[in-house]
Amino acid sequence: MTTSTAVHSDAAPVSTAAGDWPGRWARLTPVLRRPGPFAHPQFTPGDETVDFLMKQCKVLVVGAGGLGCEILKNLALSGFRDLHVIDMDTIDVSNLNRQFLFRPADVGKSKAEVAAAFIMRRVPGCVVTPYFGKIQDKDYDYYQQFNVIICGLDSVEARRWMNATVIGMFDSDSPETLKPLVDGGTEGFQGQARVILPTMTSCYECSLDMLTRPTTYPVCTIANTPRLPEHCIEWASVLEWPRVFGDDKIDTDNPAHLQWLFETASNRAEQFNISGVTYSLTQGVVKNIIPAIASTNAIIAAACCNEVFKLATSSASLLNNYMMFTGTDGIYTHTFEHEARSDCPVCGQARLKMSVNAMWTLEDWIDRLIESPETQLKRPSLRTGSGSLYMQAPRALEQATRPNLQRTLGELLSSGEAVTVTDATLPISLEITVTFVETSEKTE
Amino acid sequence: MIKIWTMKKEAAEADKKKPKQSAAQIRVQKDMDELSDLPKTIDMSFPNPEDLLHFELSITPDEGIYMGGRFFFTFSIDASYPHKAPRVQCKQKIYHPNIDLEGNVCLNILREDWKPVLNLHAVIVGLQFLFLEPNADDPLNKEAAQDLRENRERFKMHVAESMRGGRVNHESFDCVLAA
Repeated sequence: MTTSTAVHSDAAPVSTAAGDWPGRWARLTPVLRRPGPFAHPQFTPGDETVDFLMKQCKVLVVGAGGLGCEILKNLALSGFRDLHVIDMDTIDVSNLNRQFLFRPADVGKSKAEVAAAFIMRRVPGCVVTPYFGKIQDKDYDYYQQFNVIICGLDSVEARRWMNATVIGMFDSDSPETLKPLVDGGTEGFQGQARVILPTMTSCYECSLDMLTRPTTYPVCTIANTPRLPEHCIEWASVLEWPRVFGDDKIDTDNPAHLQWLFETASNRAEQFNISGVTYSLTQGVVKNIIPAIASTNAIIAAACCNEVFKLATSSASLLNNYMMFTGTDGIYTHTFEHEARSDCPVCGQARLKMSVNAMWTLEDWIDRLIESPETQLKRPSLRTGSGSLYMQAPRALEQATRPNLQRTLGELLSSGEAVTVTDATLPISLEITVTFVETSEKTE
Repeated sequence: MIKIWTMKKEAAEADKKKPKQSAAQIRVQKDMDELSDLPKTIDMSFPNPEDLLHFELSITPDEGIYMGGRFFFTFSIDASYPHKAPRVQCKQKIYHPNIDLEGNVCLNILREDWKPVLNLHAVIVGLQFLFLEPNADDPLNKEAAQDLRENRERFKMHVAESMRGGRVNHESFDCVLAA
C-alpha cells in the first residue's frame, strides 16, 4: 500500500473517461448491449452492465508472474478499470522470457509494482493498485472489497490459503460476502482453470487428492543405489545437508547453499558414475521448478479472464466448474463438474453461530453441544486458531487439555472467536463462532 | 466521557485478528480424533499441547526382534499437509535396516507412496510395522540390511547388543531399553 502513490505518478492519467477514443470499445460493447440466445438468464443487456464493468467492478489479481502478467493484460484490455494486484516476489532475470510486463532494468524490483505501472502506462483509464507483499498480510476486510478474485499462483500452499480465506469470509447471512474465486494453474504444457463459488461448488481443498504428488524418491534409493542425477541431488539436500548443518534449513534462494548442494551432489555422482548433475538441475530439483511455457500461461489466463468477464457481466454461463488443458498431444481440453466433498475440511465445514454464556465451563458447553439437536456430537474435540481447548484423543493431549474443562468460556475464548469442532464419529468438521450473551466480567 | 463506539469497534477489530485454524491444522485435528485407541505399545507426547503439528511418538514393541526397546520419533507437520507427508525422524541412534544413523526413516508412505487420503494413524501403524518386520530389501542402513539378509540369528544378536547401548561393527549405539 505504501508504494501505490509512487506508481501513480509515472502512469498515464487515470480518470475513468481518460483516453476513450472513438471506437475504443467497439468490439466489447455490442456483446454487452445486445441480447443473445446463449446469454445467461440473468443477463440484462445495456449501459448498466457496461458501467458496472468499467466503473464499479473491482478485481483482485493474486500473483503477478507468468499467469498474472497475462491476466492483468487481458482484464485491462477487456474494460476492467479497477484492478488490484498482490505479489510477494521480485523480478528475476529468468522471468523475462514470458513475464512480458517486465524489462531487464526491472530485475530485482517488485513484480506487483512494475506490472501495475506498466499496465497503467499502456492502457489509459485503467487503474492498477499494487501490493508488494504476502497474501497472508491481508485480512478479510481487504479481500471483502473485491467483486471477484482471480489467482495465478504457483504454489499449492498459497492456493490453499486463498481458498480457505475466500470460503472462511463468506457469511450466509450477508450474500454480498460471497466472492467468486477463479483459479488458474499451469505446469509445462498442462493447465487448469476453475471457478469456485464458496459453498456452492467444490473448492480447492476438495480436489487436493487430485494433485500430482511432488516428485519424491525412496530414501533407500537415494541413500544406496542412486541411478539418476536427481537421486544425487536429493541425497545432498535430504540426507547430507541435515547431517552436516543440523537444524539450519536450506534456503533455496541462497546461491551459497545451492553451490554447496551442487558440489556435494556432483561428488556423489562421480562416485557412482552418474552424469548430468548441473547447477541448474540442482536448482530445479531443490526448488521443485517446473518448466513454465508462455503459451500454456496465455491459454489458461485467457480461460480464467473469460470467467471473470462472465462473472462481472452475466453475458454468458459460467464454466461449471473445472477445465483441464493438455497441450502435450495437440490441443485437448476436458471440462467437468468437480463435486464438492462433504468431508472437505474447508468448505464441508458446517458453520454455526452460537450464543454462549461466558460463565459456562467448557465442560458445560461440551455437554450442550452433545445434547443439542443442532450439533448432535458424541465426542467432540475443540480447538481455536491459537490452541487446544479440549482434545478427546490421543491420550496425552486429552490429559493435557482436561484441566480446561473446568475453566469458563470467558477465560478460554473471546466473543466472536471461531472454534473448530471435530468428532471421530463425524466425517465433517464444524466451525462455531461464539458470541457471549451475558457479561463476561468475573467477580473478583 | 468514554467513547463507547470506538471501544466496541476496537473490540470487534481484536476479534477479527483472532487467528483461525488453517486447513492443515483442521485436518490434523481430525487425524488426532482417530488416535483414541492406540495399542499400548504406542505413546504420544506433546511438548506444547497447543501445537498439534509437532509431537513425539514412542514405540515399545511387545514382540519381534526389537522387543524390550523403546523408540522415540519426532513428527513435524507443516502447512502443506496432507498434500505432503509429515516429517518423521528417529531421535535415537539405532541399528535398523530401514533407519539410518542420523534417524532418517525409510518408509514408503512417508515418501514416494504418500497420498493425502492417508493419515497419522497410517504412518504410526507403518512405523510400528518396521520394528516387527525390518525390511532388508529397502535398506537405509546397508550394513544392517546385509547382516539381516545373510544371517538372521547374528542380526538378532547385533540388535540386542545395540539396544543395550553396545557396539556393532565399530559403531556405538544409544541404549534404548525400556525402563
